[in-house]
Amino acid sequence: MAKPMEMYKWQDLNIGCVIDEPGNSVDYKTGDWRTLKPVTDYSKCTKCGLCWLFCPDNAMRPKEEGFFEADLNYCKGCGICAEECKFGAIEMVEDKK
Amino acid sequence: MKKVTGIEVSLAIAEAAKLARVEVISAYPITPQTHIVEHLAELVANGELEAVYINVESEHSALSACVGAEAAGARTFTSTSAQGLELMHEILFITSSLRLPVVMVLVNRALSAPLSIWCDHSDVMAARDCGWIMLFCENGQEAVDSVIMAYKIGEDRRVLLPVMINIDGFTLSHVIEPIEFPDQELVDSFLPPYEPLFRLDPERPVTMGAYGMPEIYTEAKYAQEEAIINSKAVIKEVMEEFGKRFKRSYRVVETYNMEGAKAAFIALGSICENIKTAIDLLKKKGINVGLISLRLFRPFPSEELEEALTNVERLMVVERAMPQGSINGPLYNEISSFAFSKGMNIKIEDYIAGLGGRDVEPHEFVNIALNPFKREGRENYRVIGVRG
Repeated sequence: MAKPMEMYKWQDLNIGCVIDEPGNSVDYKTGDWRTLKPVTDYSKCTKCGLCWLFCPDNAMRPKEEGFFEADLNYCKGCGICAEECKFGAIEMVEDKK
Repeated sequence: MKKVTGIEVSLAIAEAAKLARVEVISAYPITPQTHIVEHLAELVANGELEAVYINVESEHSALSACVGAEAAGARTFTSTSAQGLELMHEILFITSSLRLPVVMVLVNRALSAPLSIWCDHSDVMAARDCGWIMLFCENGQEAVDSVIMAYKIGEDRRVLLPVMINIDGFTLSHVIEPIEFPDQELVDSFLPPYEPLFRLDPERPVTMGAYGMPEIYTEAKYAQEEAIINSKAVIKEVMEEFGKRFKRSYRVVETYNMEGAKAAFIALGSICENIKTAIDLLKKKGINVGLISLRLFRPFPSEELEEALTNVERLMVVERAMPQGSINGPLYNEISSFAFSKGMNIKIEDYIAGLGGRDVEPHEFVNIALNPFKREGRENYRVIGVRG
């Protein structure tokens, strides 16, 4: 998106609201729905990657040394990662903004 | 002299789709379907029409397949009736808001229950605000010509909207009429191949039908509304060009015997021909009554109707759909709202007639003209011929 959505006039929209710029959905940050966020205790984490596999929004991202962390621009706080973690390493905590 | 063929109107419509070189046809083949898609299936199977024919399991899928094919850049055609249109209802809105110029011939038939396969306009009236351009035909020749014009209108870059051509079930669809088919060369010169503005193409990916947040939805719908309102100019342009090339001209609002008429009927579809007969009978009695026939129903032809109503003091709306608990029938509601907004001082009467295929003969229109309906009690309209 070239500009924030609320800046678009009706004349600016493509016919039929077609999006002709592939992959631009990453510009749209979806993380602001969240009330809870995942916090990982890396002393319990085994780097198994279940959180990364199960995250429905691909918001769990690999980081250095093989660990994973949530990209809070897209994490909706659903808690699937915490539910799937077999080692109790992920806790959902209130996300105070 | 042009060659005139005696042919069932449904078959003639299929031949018109062939002349328009449709590339994809998708339809559900069981009741309430007509010979339109049956004949198209024959034409494709016989190799006379080079097109993909998709047989689907429901009308919902029929229109969905048209949406997909049109999005991929194909010229598509479908046809349905009554319950079939109801089952398509969800996709009607998607077709128009994705701005895909699908053409559908809707053979107007009554909605169940009681089960009926006969003509009335309850199907189209239940879908009248789905964002499609809507044309009504009085006869088979108009239906054939409308199919060819519909692609030219819908595919125009200034329009890009689906077009629904309404023809009356049985009264038109199942009768044999003399039809003049234009030459393929003439149709080709009038209607070039479809060049979509956007298409689903793996080489150049686009997204159609994305999510619209509250920040953008209003603008999206406003843009669509502008498109259908502005389509009227293109519709008139196409009708004029068609007239020049094919020597048969059409207007968005047709009139009959309106010169000096202070009373007029207004109606949609083939019933207009019966009204014309009644008007001729009335003329012999020295009574001058006119007829306004809306060929174009969406976008609503306000300016043209206003012009047609210039000298009218009494307007008799004849419509083939029940109000279903509304104040009046859908056509009356629209016309009275229009007359009120223009500050017109016209007495407007609402007559519901011809439901579920019941014939409305010319003498009944003579009766209407001679015996104006006066509102009494809760009755806002008169149902012609109802017993009890």
